Amino acid sequence: MRIKVSKFKVQSICTALLLLLPVCEAHAMHISEGILPFDWAALWTVIAIPFVAYGLYKLKKLSAIDLSFKPLVGLMAAVVFIISCMPIPVPTAGTCSHPCGTGISGILVGPAISILITAVALLIQALFLAHGGLSTWGADIVSMGVIGSFAGYLTFRGLRALKANLWIAGFMAGLFADWATYLTTSVELASGIKGDSPFMPLFWKILIAFIPTQLPLGILEGAMTAGMVVLLYKKRPDLLVKMRVLKPKEAI
Amino acid sequence: MKLKVESLKFKVKSYGVIFLFIFSLLAVHCSLATAADKWPGVDESVVEKYAKEHGREAMTPLINTDQGDLLLFVFLLAGSVGGFVAGYYWRELIVKGQRDDSCEKQKIKT
Repeated sequence: MRIKVSKFKVQSICTALLLLLPVCEAHAMHISEGILPFDWAALWTVIAIPFVAYGLYKLKKLSAIDLSFKPLVGLMAAVVFIISCMPIPVPTAGTCSHPCGTGISGILVGPAISILITAVALLIQALFLAHGGLSTWGADIVSMGVIGSFAGYLTFRGLRALKANLWIAGFMAGLFADWATYLTTSVELASGIKGDSPFMPLFWKILIAFIPTQLPLGILEGAMTAGMVVLLYKKRPDLLVKMRVLKPKEAI
Repeated sequence: MKLKVESLKFKVKSYGVIFLFIFSLLAVHCSLATAADKWPGVDESVVEKYAKEHGREAMTPLINTDQGDLLLFVFLLAGSVGGFVAGYYWRELIVKGQRDDSCEKQKIKT
């Protein structure tokens, strides 16, 4: 008897293995309460607020036009919330971290609404999960929400414009969304804690320290993002057309 | 009919094997991880480490759920609620959405 192991089964086994591995405590990249000095924390919050406000405006506008938009936003909110508080052990580094989920939300609901979703997820995590902080909420929104969402969205759109297939574009979007988030976290952290010492050496030190964990996790996030985009393409191509992820002729 | 039953049996068997494989790997991993007792998060190994070097330390959260097994409980609760919401909206989008679309197409045809 020939046993045909489908690609999907192999992918699902790999994903299940990675998801089942968390046996460590729930710690992640969010900048914890009190790490950033008040002036820096306030600056990042001031930067984040217009993006969140625009996301709210955009959500109201789009949901008034199309009712099927709300379930997609709800799904993305749950996905971002779960993914961004899911610690994944990285055996090569011996540490735990989490993907961000903003790549997929940036692609599917657009960066503005993705920022709003991230802000809500981060607020719940800071309030009830001892994950991030209220004073560092703005900094976390900027790194994960603003930069992550835009990096994912722009990478996906750019690659699709260059005729890359859906899987490759989704993978690269997830990968860059993750890496860009941690790059921004390094900037925020280095600028906040540097004191009198120079910025660049500290920035490089932090960024290099993130690499052993985030390099493989970025690849995992890329695979997850690509998998979700392809799955939605198979199940509801019309939805991707509606969200302008695909052109109508590509959905046939 | 017979073919269907056989394929169902094969599916159940293959998923059983996959489950056992994952479970045994998880068991091995758990025992190793407990022995090493070292899986710090990057917030601890990177963020808090460098912040401490530069004189900044993390403060206790406003609502401190990081006490004993309370954190496990809130994470489990958050995961369950998040999973339910994701599943609910997935069904709204995929199952109901497809059904609504096919109804609309039928209406247009008639």
